[in-house]
Amino acid sequence: MNAADLIQAVKDRFPQAVQASHSYRGDATVVLGRDSLLEVARTLKEDPAFQMNFLMDVTAVDFSSFGKKQSPAFFTSSGVSVSPSPQIPDQSPWPGPPGSSRFVVVYHLFSLPFKHRLRLEVPVEEDDAEIDSLSALWGAADWLEREVWDMFGIRFRGHQNLKRILMYDEFVGHPLRKDYAVNKRQPLIGPVN
Amino acid sequence: MSGTDLSSEAGFFTSRLEEAIGWARKYSIFQYPFVTACCGMEYMATACSHYDIDRFGAGLPRFSPRQADVLFVVGTISHKMAPVLKRIYDQMADPKWVVSFGVCTCTGGFYDNYATVMGIDTIIPVDVYIPGCPPRPEYVLDGLLKLQAKIAAQHETGRRPAPELRPEIAR
Repeated sequence: MNAADLIQAVKDRFPQAVQASHSYRGDATVVLGRDSLLEVARTLKEDPAFQMNFLMDVTAVDFSSFGKKQSPAFFTSSGVSVSPSPQIPDQSPWPGPPGSSRFVVVYHLFSLPFKHRLRLEVPVEEDDAEIDSLSALWGAADWLEREVWDMFGIRFRGHQNLKRILMYDEFVGHPLRKDYAVNKRQPLIGPVN
Repeated sequence: MSGTDLSSEAGFFTSRLEEAIGWARKYSIFQYPFVTACCGMEYMATACSHYDIDRFGAGLPRFSPRQADVLFVVGTISHKMAPVLKRIYDQMADPKWVVSFGVCTCTGGFYDNYATVMGIDTIIPVDVYIPGCPPRPEYVLDGLLKLQAKIAAQHETGRRPAPELRPEIAR
């Protein structure tokens, strides 16, 4: 299935769950409600029409400073075009962050038999940063969800071993959150510098 | 052997003996390559036949710190890795030396972030710094020669030659 057909198929199957969709730069993306994630994911994996048997990545985005900071000056002077050239009309422009939630958890799915791929985006609120774990469906989710917990502090309900994977246990905070200072160091030995 | 300090209290024979020990040590460097990042490629290039680090008596890396006398710290050291590096250093038997290979080990490099140690000299003493991202093999060999000069000038009695008699790196 191509991107448009895939989005339509998911929408037809789950009319209530899909909050929004887009296929920016050809990548099929559906935005789901948090409560319907587990059900949609199980269908995408096990239904013969989808067969998304490969969870390529789980990550998250912190939108808390999105649109509030100037982009670095070198982007404007380097000649690198951040937005598409006006000569090439963008058929489906990026619609921006999904909703007003601080975090969005992002799942990248791929179907090895059908070679189609789908991105799931699930908005998560800051004061209730918790979401269902997919580690029972895809073994790959185990470590990927631990990384998201480590870096963003989003908890995964039902995960059997939710502890830090990249940072050490003594580390306080979640370094990829935008309110964590990028060079705040917490050395195990040696001075803080 | 122009580094002899005959006027020191150590005496003629002690000085000659220490010179001989230093000469032997500097040509039998057994390195422990603590390779964590991309600098390892340049270390391998230096160690292999094209640049041939064996010309300088440093051809046999030992992968046990107990058999090594020079610790080559090659690549970025994260705060999670720092206690391991300290422990490896502590496990090495004296006399021992440390080479900081690449700008990340020297200063942290461009990793001004939450994860990276800002130079391994905040954790363990360093004898020779080899900057570069990564350093070319010529830099590495130059650093190795400076380390050899430092080793040769080291006197175990604690009486070191007068500063003007030491090589520049050991002053």
